[in-house]
Amino acid sequence: MNFKRLITYSFLVFILGLVQILLLKNLALFGIAFCFLYLLAILSLPITIPNIPLLLVSFGIGLLIDVFYDTLGMHALAATFLAFIRPFWLKIISPTGGYDDTIDPTISEMGLGWFLTYSLPLVFAFCLVFFLADQWGTGGILNVLNKSLFSSIFTVILAIFVQLLFFKRRRGI
Amino acid sequence: MLRILQFLYGLRSFLLFALLEVLAIWLIVANNSPQGAAFFNSSSAVIGSVLKTQSDVVDFFSLAEENEILLAENARLTEELKAIRITPDSVKIELDSALSATFKFKGARVVSNSLRFSQNHLTINKGEKDGIKPGMGVFNQEGVVGRVKSVSTNFAVVISLLNTGSLTSSKIKSNGEFGTINWDGKNSRQAKMLYVPRHVKAQAGDTVVTSGFNAVFPEGILIGTISSIDQTGDPNYLDILIDLSTDFSTVKYVYLVENTEISERDSLNQQSKIQDEF
Repeated sequence: MNFKRLITYSFLVFILGLVQILLLKNLALFGIAFCFLYLLAILSLPITIPNIPLLLVSFGIGLLIDVFYDTLGMHALAATFLAFIRPFWLKIISPTGGYDDTIDPTISEMGLGWFLTYSLPLVFAFCLVFFLADQWGTGGILNVLNKSLFSSIFTVILAIFVQLLFFKRRRGI
Repeated sequence: MLRILQFLYGLRSFLLFALLEVLAIWLIVANNSPQGAAFFNSSSAVIGSVLKTQSDVVDFFSLAEENEILLAENARLTEELKAIRITPDSVKIELDSALSATFKFKGARVVSNSLRFSQNHLTINKGEKDGIKPGMGVFNQEGVVGRVKSVSTNFAVVISLLNTGSLTSSKIKSNGEFGTINWDGKNSRQAKMLYVPRHVKAQAGDTVVTSGFNAVFPEGILIGTISSIDQTGDPNYLDILIDLSTDFSTVKYVYLVENTEISERDSLNQQSKIQDEF
C-alpha cells in the first residue's frame, strides 16, 4: 500500500466511522436490523494485505467504534473475528486463476454477484459474534440468529449503495 | 528449539488473532462488572464532545415538545409546592433529622442513549465539575432512568434501567411489598420484578415505585405498572412483568438525585457487616 492509498484509506475509515457514530448508531429497522456500515472499511482492504496488519487494523477500527457505542470490546471482538476468517473465505471463493495482484474486493472491480458472495457470509459471521457477545447469558439463540440475519442483509445492501454512489469506478459496471 | 520457533512463526496470525480476542473479551468483562474501572468510555472529553455536538443538532428539532413537557412539569410542581408551603402562624416547628433534606437534585441533558442492546448506557452533559458522583440515581418526569456509573470532568455515563446487569430496589405501591427490578433484555418497554413471594396479593395495573431502601433513589419515584402476573414458573416467587413508565427512546432531560447521608448509611452497614447490593 503506497502513501497515497494510505491517505485515501484513512479518509474512508474516518468518513465511515463518522457516519456510523452520528447517523447509524441509533438506527435499528423494526428493532432487529442494525447497520454496521463501517465494516465496509475492513471489507475493502486490498486482497493481498498480510494477515497481521489486517488483524491489527480491524481490531483498531472495532475499538474506535466501541468507544462511541459504550460497548467496549464487543465490536473489536467481532471485527477481529471477521478479519481472521476473511483470508480463508477469499481463498475459498477465488475465481479460477486466482486474483490479480492489484485488485480490490469492491463491486467496481469484481462485480455485484461476487461481492455478495464475498461480503454476506463475512458480515453475517460478524453479526453472529457481536450479538452472541451482546446477549451472552440472557436472550435465546433464536433472537441472536434473527438479529444477525437481518442486520447482515441490511448492512450489505447499504454497503452496495455506498460503493455504487461514492467509490471511484475504474471500469464500467 | 529452532523448529519450535519456526512452528510458532507459522502460526503467528492465529496467535495474534487469539491475543486480540482475549484482549477484547477482557475489555468486555472489565467494562461490565459493576465495580470495574471504566477508564475508556463515552465520558472522556473528546468522545463526549463529539456526542454532545451531535445531540445539539438533533435536539434542536424537538425544542417545542421539550418546552411543553417542562411547562407541564413546572405546573405540577407549583401546585405541589402550594400545598406544602406552610402559612406563617404563631407556632414554630423545629426541624429534626427526620424532616431534614437528605436528597439533593440536579438536572442534566442526555447527549447519547442506546436501548437496543442488552447492556444499555446513557451519556449526560454534566460531570465532576458539576458535582456528579458515581452512584447517583437518575430519573425524569416519567420515572426511573438509571444510575451513574462513571464520571469525567464534563460528562458522566449512566447505566440505563434497560441493562441486564442493573438492579433497582422497588415496591408495589398498594401493599408495600418489596422486589427488585431487573431488565431481561427483550422489550425496551417492559421489565421484570423479581423476588416477590407467592403469597403476595398483587394484580395487573398496580403501580410499582422505588422503595428507598438502597439509598440511591428517594422513596416513591414511579417505575411502572404491573402488566401481568404468572404463578407457574418459580416455586418460591411470582413472575411479575412490568410496563415501564419511562419511554427510553425519548429521554432528553433527566434529574439526578444524590443522597447526602449515603456515606453514613454505608459506614453503618459496614459496621454491622451488612452487604448492601447498592
